[in-house]
Amino acid sequence: MFPILEARFIAPGIRRFIIQAPRIARKQQPGQFVILRLYEHGERIPLTIESSDPAKETISIVVLSVGKTTRLLNSLQAGDAILDVVGPLGKPSEIRNFGTVVVIGGGVGAAMAFPTAAALKRAGNTVISIIGARSGELVILERELSAVSDALTVTTDDGSYGERGLVTDKLRQLINQGAHIDLVLAVGPIPMMKAVADLTRAPRIPTIVSLNPIMIDGTGMCGGCRVLVDGKSKFACVDGPEFDAHQVDFDVLLQRNSMYRGPERESLAEFECHPQAQIESMRAASAKVCVLTGGRR
Amino acid sequence: MSQPPAGSANPLPLRDRMKIPRQAMPEQPAQDRVFNFFEVNRGYSEELAQQEARRCLECAKPTCMDNCPVGVNVREFVQSIVAGDFRGAAAVIRQDNVLPAITGRVCPQEDHCEAACKLHKKGESLGIGYLERFVADYEQRMGIRHVPTAPPTGRKVAIVGSGPAGLSAAGDLVQKGHLVCVFEALHELGGVLVYGIPEFRLPKQIIREQLDYMRAMGVEFETDVVVGRTVTIDELIEEEGYDAVFVATGAGSPLFLGIPGEHLNGVYSANEFLTRINLMHAWQFPAYDQPMMDLHAKDVAVIGGGNTALDAIRSVLRLGARKAYVLYRRSEAEMPARAEEVKHARQEGIEFHMLTGPVEFLPDEKGWLGAVRCVRMALGEPDASGRRRPQPVAGSEFDVPLSVAVIAVGTSANPVIQSTTPGLDTDRRGYIVADPATQRTSRRGVFAGGDIVTGSATVILAMGAGRRAARSIHEYLSTGSW
Ligand SMILES: Cc1cc2nc3c(=O)[nH]c(=O)nc-3n(C[C@H](O)[C@H](O)[C@H](O)COP(=O)(O)OP(=O)(O)OC[C@H]3O[C@@H](n4cnc5c(N)ncnc54)[C@H](O)[C@@H]3O)c2cc1C
Ligand SMILES: Cc1cc2nc3c(=O)[nH]c(=O)nc-3n(C[C@H](O)[C@H](O)[C@H](O)COP(=O)(O)OP(=O)(O)OC[C@H]3O[C@@H](n4cnc5c(N)ncnc54)[C@H](O)[C@@H]3O)c2cc1C
Ligand code: SF4
Ligand code: FES
Repeated sequence: MFPILEARFIAPGIRRFIIQAPRIARKQQPGQFVILRLYEHGERIPLTIESSDPAKETISIVVLSVGKTTRLLNSLQAGDAILDVVGPLGKPSEIRNFGTVVVIGGGVGAAMAFPTAAALKRAGNTVISIIGARSGELVILERELSAVSDALTVTTDDGSYGERGLVTDKLRQLINQGAHIDLVLAVGPIPMMKAVADLTRAPRIPTIVSLNPIMIDGTGMCGGCRVLVDGKSKFACVDGPEFDAHQVDFDVLLQRNSMYRGPERESLAEFECHPQAQIESMRAASAKVCVLTGGRR
Repeated sequence: MSQPPAGSANPLPLRDRMKIPRQAMPEQPAQDRVFNFFEVNRGYSEELAQQEARRCLECAKPTCMDNCPVGVNVREFVQSIVAGDFRGAAAVIRQDNVLPAITGRVCPQEDHCEAACKLHKKGESLGIGYLERFVADYEQRMGIRHVPTAPPTGRKVAIVGSGPAGLSAAGDLVQKGHLVCVFEALHELGGVLVYGIPEFRLPKQIIREQLDYMRAMGVEFETDVVVGRTVTIDELIEEEGYDAVFVATGAGSPLFLGIPGEHLNGVYSANEFLTRINLMHAWQFPAYDQPMMDLHAKDVAVIGGGNTALDAIRSVLRLGARKAYVLYRRSEAEMPARAEEVKHARQEGIEFHMLTGPVEFLPDEKGWLGAVRCVRMALGEPDASGRRRPQPVAGSEFDVPLSVAVIAVGTSANPVIQSTTPGLDTDRRGYIVADPATQRTSRRGVFAGGDIVTGSATVILAMGAGRRAARSIHEYLSTGSW
């Protein structure tokens, strides 16, 4: 069991957790993720580690409610525990002094890009951050990111905060102004990452994206997370999740991520019928495991 | 020659023993079992077990034992069954085999003990696997198993991976008084036994009972630890004070065919497919949260001819598929699956298409898998494995319409440990190099065995490696010499 020490919403539907996970906290590097399972009947889902504190033996994650599992997770509070958390998984981001790096985070991608942005800054890069959200209330980690950025722009689709438009509008503007960019790192929804890749392809700006295919084990055992990169199959959980954006086949990724749309809707609809009952039964199930094992498994 | 051996509990002359037919394993009828995941084989009753055991000729030089990779004393345990001492029979098996309820079910006996049985030459071999299973199940049913204890040595051994190799080493080492902790990457223990082999062949309850027994012996388990990522082997040794490490991580990385269309929705590796079903219970969706594709009334094929392929396709049938095909590029004689699995699969109505090689997965109008294009194969000269090499017949392409295809063409080594443990030698395919007698690797204090050394093999061979490793780890801890 992995106890939750802190949990709070940082935006509507986006919750940040601090979880006790000593082994993971000691080893985490930027760009890596965990896979968690909430209770015995739960599925395994991947979530990026936003930060870790080896001294306190904790990691943090930032979770956007999309379907049943993330909603269940976002109903948990400090004092609850998560049945399984395994990691850190995936290759760490490549951190060195590239020069000027543009870090783009779309939606919850801002939290996923944050640890890498911070490490790039520490490595001596000039970091220009662009974070985007649908509207102002959904903008997350602005303060944290601006602390590790030389410049930070917020864009919102509806213009309710920051600049109106998309993150790619801002990137296009930078490119058109002739800004010198050595590397772009883009993390967010697949269409956003694809649009970034299309923008930087012609000017040949090296671009890294962090892919989010459906995963199960996260250790290279199932091959379910395979993505097409440069025409070759790669397992995102061990060969990635970061890849050269210009080599990624985003259409295949989009298609593969839609594979379980039907059952996912069904699962969510059922959850929404009796959310409270399902939340209670999940908590009861994990409390039972806690009692049976004295907190250890 | 026809007299029973002196002191035998079996009064039958040998001639009469040979007249007893091999006792059939009671099984769920095929027409019922294709609708459920309950175990196919029901197990012998006491009467059936004793009748089968009476067929044993009690050979003076029992070749069956020599052909068992862990040397189970077959003759002695069968004699105990004849005498009605089932618990005694269990004790005999346990001297060499800590997982008899499992091996009795999944060993390819036709390649091991039963292949070497003298009865085999004269007719049908003794049902050694069935008897082993009977004895193990009897012992479990009666409860109270002797839990051996040993004075603690104060030495610590880390075992990486909880498959049969890791479990058998853990069981042996804890009995020597060492502190043993098994680290497992997944959230459940058992390796392929839990995520790969389905319930209808190996009920999970059996593995759970085995694990409870090992916990009672004092083995510790830590799940959710990917050694190499969560903690390295060097950290286990230097920071956590382990005196030796046994790497038993299996050959868990799925191979694909490398043909066009493999990324289409509907194409699975057998590992993913079986993991969704067995580990994640996706077939019980929405009671369990992990989804899988609805197979109801769909046409599904598995590509490959081993146990994995048959486990996948027999699962498919149980999930309501309309057609379930095995596409295999060699002929039936070369199929590596256990004979019993092939028999059961045929009874259940699986269609076997031999000498059939897939060349491309074709999309339907939605862009999901719609068909597989295959080519007929002909067998040529023997290859490195001694099996005749299949060669495509020019111009023989044909399409098989499908909604789901499962690729079961083997696995390779997962590199996570090898790439994070300096000085650990691997062969050119990425498997860890270990001495076949001692399981020692190129790193002092680090041992390896099972599929991560040999490539994908069998449960009993993995267990045998675990035993050898336990023996030489104990020796290393006792003498300190490498
Ligand atoms: C490496 C990686 C890092 C991620 N980091 C974060 C993060 O930091 N914060 C965050 O909010 N989200 C993150 N995600 C996405 C997160 O895993 C999904 O939102 C989550 O799995 C959805 O589960 P659900 O049951 O709530 O939704 P569902 O309704 O089941 O699914 C909604 C969509 O989420 C995706 N998804 C579903 N199951 C899985 C799965 N097992 N693995 C991966 N994707 C799946 C699919 O595209 C699906 O269409 C990450 C994904 C990956 C691969
Ligand atoms: C579907 C299927 C059916 C089979 N049927 C049969 C059969 O009927 N009869 C038979 O004899 N054999 C059968 N086999 C083969 C047999 O299961 C294997 O040969 C045997 O399980 C190998 O045992 P092992 O202990 O070496 O590895 P595994 O059983 O593969 O176990 C390795 C364990 O190590 C864990 N692990 C891997 N990497 C790490 C890491 N870095 N850190 C921590 N843990 C890690 C894995 O998660 C896994 O739990 C079958 C195999 C499959 C896939
Ligand atoms: S362990 Fe396997 S090979 Fe050995 S006697 Fe038992 S069934 Fe036969
Ligand atoms: S998630 Fe299974 S191989 Fe990547």
